[in-house]
Amino acid sequence: MTGATGPGGGRAGREASAVDLAEAVRSGTRSAREVLEEHLEIVGVREPEIHAFNLVLADEARAEADAVDAAVAAGRDPGPLAGVPVALKDNLCTRGVPTTCSSRILEGWRPPYDATAVSRLRAAGAVVVGKTNLDEFAMGSSTENSAFGPTRNPHDPSRVPGGSSGGSAAAVAAGFAALALGSDTGGSIRQPAALCGVVGAKPTYGLVSRYGLVAFASSLDQIGPFARTVEDAAALMEVIAGHDPADSTSLAAPPPSLREALELGVEGLRLGVVTELMDGVEPEAAAAVQQAAAALEGLGAKVGEVSVPAAVYGLSAYYLIAPAEASSNLARYDGVRYGLRTDAADITAMFSETRAAGFGPEVKRRIMLGTYALSAGYYDAYYGQAQRVRTLIIRDFEEAYRGFDALLAPTTPGPAFELGAKTQDPLAMYMSDVCTIPSNLTGQPAMSVPWWPADQALPLGVQVMAPPLGEAVMFRVGAAVEAASPPAGGVEAASPPAGGVEAASQPAGGVEAASPPKAGGG
Amino acid sequence: MSSRISREDVAHVAHLARLALSDAEIDLFAGQLAAVLEHAEDVAALDTSGVAPTAHPLPVRNVLRPDEPGSCLDREEVLAQAPQAEDGRFRVPRILGEEP
Amino acid sequence: MTTTRTEWETVIGLEVHCELRTATKLFCRCPNRFGAEPNTLVCPVCLGLPGSLPVLNRQAVELAIRIGLALGCEVRPSVFHRKNYFYPDMPKDYQVSQYDEPINVSGHLELPDGSRVGIERAHIEEDTGKITHVGGGGRIHEAAHSLIDYNRAGVPLVEIVSAPDIRSAEQARAYVSELRAILVATGASDGKMEEGSLRVDANVSVRPVGSSAFGTRCEIKNLNSLRSLGRAIEHEAERQAAIIEEGGTIRQETRHWDEAAGRTRTGRTKEQSEDYRYFPEPDLVPVAPDDDWLAGVAAGLPTLPAARRDRLAEAVGSAGGAGTAEVALLVELGLDDLVVAAVEAGADGRIAVNRATNEIAAARTAGQGSVALDPAAFARLVSMEADGRLTATQAKSVLAELLASGGDPEAIAKAKGYEALSSDALAGFVDQVISENPAEWEKMRAGDPKIVGFLVGRVMKLARGNADGGAVTDELRRRAAPS
Repeated sequence: MTGATGPGGGRAGREASAVDLAEAVRSGTRSAREVLEEHLEIVGVREPEIHAFNLVLADEARAEADAVDAAVAAGRDPGPLAGVPVALKDNLCTRGVPTTCSSRILEGWRPPYDATAVSRLRAAGAVVVGKTNLDEFAMGSSTENSAFGPTRNPHDPSRVPGGSSGGSAAAVAAGFAALALGSDTGGSIRQPAALCGVVGAKPTYGLVSRYGLVAFASSLDQIGPFARTVEDAAALMEVIAGHDPADSTSLAAPPPSLREALELGVEGLRLGVVTELMDGVEPEAAAAVQQAAAALEGLGAKVGEVSVPAAVYGLSAYYLIAPAEASSNLARYDGVRYGLRTDAADITAMFSETRAAGFGPEVKRRIMLGTYALSAGYYDAYYGQAQRVRTLIIRDFEEAYRGFDALLAPTTPGPAFELGAKTQDPLAMYMSDVCTIPSNLTGQPAMSVPWWPADQALPLGVQVMAPPLGEAVMFRVGAAVEAASPPAGGVEAASPPAGGVEAASQPAGGVEAASPPKAGGG
Repeated sequence: MSSRISREDVAHVAHLARLALSDAEIDLFAGQLAAVLEHAEDVAALDTSGVAPTAHPLPVRNVLRPDEPGSCLDREEVLAQAPQAEDGRFRVPRILGEEP
Repeated sequence: MTTTRTEWETVIGLEVHCELRTATKLFCRCPNRFGAEPNTLVCPVCLGLPGSLPVLNRQAVELAIRIGLALGCEVRPSVFHRKNYFYPDMPKDYQVSQYDEPINVSGHLELPDGSRVGIERAHIEEDTGKITHVGGGGRIHEAAHSLIDYNRAGVPLVEIVSAPDIRSAEQARAYVSELRAILVATGASDGKMEEGSLRVDANVSVRPVGSSAFGTRCEIKNLNSLRSLGRAIEHEAERQAAIIEEGGTIRQETRHWDEAAGRTRTGRTKEQSEDYRYFPEPDLVPVAPDDDWLAGVAAGLPTLPAARRDRLAEAVGSAGGAGTAEVALLVELGLDDLVVAAVEAGADGRIAVNRATNEIAAARTAGQGSVALDPAAFARLVSMEADGRLTATQAKSVLAELLASGGDPEAIAKAKGYEALSSDALAGFVDQVISENPAEWEKMRAGDPKIVGFLVGRVMKLARGNADGGAVTDELRRRAAPS
């Protein structure tokens, strides 16, 4: 295990950070093609077991990597993420490449355009290695609701990777890609990031364009980064953030400078541990936050407890608002213009049969729930009431930020669970998002930073929340949590060598596939 | 707000949502929807008088674009995605119901 | 007026859908154009492709505000909602429309006869695609199918909803006619009912005269012309009254006007109506026009038809005036500015109105008259006719030339050989003949009836044939007469 730099199931020594890889490619020390082939090799070894991808774009990625190398050779700027292999959640539109949302209903559909975030990644020189698995239409917390089968947790393949962006989280954790994009509607980036031991961030609503993200719940959806380090996540955020005239809800604010903020440390920052989000989680999840808080205090932060009373209503409000919006967003899958059609004698039968055949049970359940919540006679009691409760939650967080610069909470109630453990009980599955949902309702940024309990084989996440557009302070805190986190699974880990260009290009010391982290360390 | 949901309610909602459900699915959803809505009772019971609803997480207004034409998609590319097309148009089975 | 039979009053409210004259659609940059090849004006947004998002067209909002201001509405902060229902002409299976917070509320429209119809709201929404039904022939077992063109999907509409203030088919026609004039004047619409740019639905009910309660109403669709609107309302009111008189009740429903059959047919009953599950469209943000924006739009508003009619009537009124119908026609044709300017330049109002309502209107209707008529030239032409320098027939001929290629009316008249003498010129020639022929003039003054022919001949010679013999004779006799 020498040289292991991260908690993932990837090979030691191959896990140079994305920032280091880009620097190596930009400077010509390494070729984008070589970096890509290393990652594809890992995909070849572990993907059959993990199933992170719906589609691996090996040939396209090689062409993109070669183009980056050609740019470097020609002296052109290949972009800040030059040659960095990235994985895209398969609900992000990619021009000419199937975009399935892990649903049968989009069978055969090839978008005629790239999502804005994807265009920005390409412009930054990143190399797209594939489209990752998800819970169908991002509805789920385990990636078991995929029409193409579940993704498995690289740290323990009997367990789920979380969801809905489970494929992206697993791809980064397994070393299939250095970075990935996911989408987060109720925790769909942060929760799988926590369960897979990687960094995942949901930006402020409106900071990253949603154009080309297949909508689940429009007022909650945000695209965000997965990475193995906080710095990498910041670098990816800097690339994808910024105003987009194609998204009316895109903020006019300039993209934040995040990597500079990482150096600032947390001394003097006021950090609040959210009482309501510590209640009811498993002891080790709460313990992780307490340990992180203590470590941050040691670094000079002022840590206290803070109550956000209305946060307890988040889950209920979310499971009225999100399905309501989803029921409308998913109406367009009707068999007329693209995707699946089941033939029938008349249009109404065609609509109903197509949708019955094309959607899986969880999607149907949420469409039903949302349709019910919006229907005549129930709107005020359910949807309308949930929107008012949303106002209360926003107010309570605003109040909390009067006394604190950032807030801390667990990302999930506990570590990754076994496949199938919650599939028969929707409500139990929904509870997985109890700590992450409030930030989607308020629009505030939130991120999950891995935390490896000393006596556990599986990672947890410490969640950092900040006021809207508070990404800089959030990443500062995130970097401090990362630095304070116990080494993965007790392995004597080292941070990637500073200026790790040399190190990254050296042949890997340990070539054997890493076992699940905790297993070797005792 | 009672969270008892009848099979008729479920069938009606399924029609609104254009989902052909089996009897077994109707039974399953009747129970599951009731469970979720029961969990939502705490929200339904809150006193929110005087509280404005939030439809957008952040207060942004007047996002407008200039009235300038852009490019359209190629028709062949568009219709190639359609399950059925005819005469430059999307083809659908007969429409029995009236336009609402 | 009391009769044994109940007298019925018809109560009408109209919903007018107006396609806005923008360059692009409401939420995307596809051209807003009628008549293109099917599905060639489409993009990810107006096709509702997964991942696409709407962005609101500023010009559509401004045209909607213009309509609101022209109708005396309160222009308010507004929110878009989604109206959810499945229909294959709607790419997203919901329509984006303003629901409980429309941009324009509480206005009114004053008709030429002075009556006033309330406007409840005028809100923005997107149009649907166009469905063509193929085969079937109405036989139930025959396998018909339909084809869909989404070129029209996403075209901006303003729906203008009147209060139930209209009481007759004639008033309904006048309302639509006046509304159409306003929509055209504001630049919001091309007003073409035949291309579907303006679409009218009528809510019709009847009640006993003197009653203040409303009867059950039916919504009549498929009214493609003012003629259909009038006929449909009359038919529907009679149908409803007959049902009630026979002891029946009116079922609230949608009915379709069959122009060929001259009757309405039942459509969908409201009891079966969809549950639209309206909720705020999360992909769009509220539109809240501030005072500066409203003031800018208001400043760009043209003078509206009612005010233009008043101005025209006032301008020509003192000169013998013009009937209400002529004034309305001139305003509708946009000829009022020309007539007013001509009158201000000294033209005779009656002749100007006459030429405008006849020759100029006919040329416009026939698509002739590509040249914008210069009001000063028109005024000079009218004066030439008024002065007798041109006969009416000559004036029409000169006008035709002016409309075809512009120019100076005097020069055109001269070129056509219509150069009748001005009275000044005529007087000059008469002066000259008198001074050159003193003996003959004395005979004339002495009452010699034969000498006038000689003197007229001298004047005509000086005028090279352009003088009117009768006018010369009149002038000579006027001067010879004892003062």
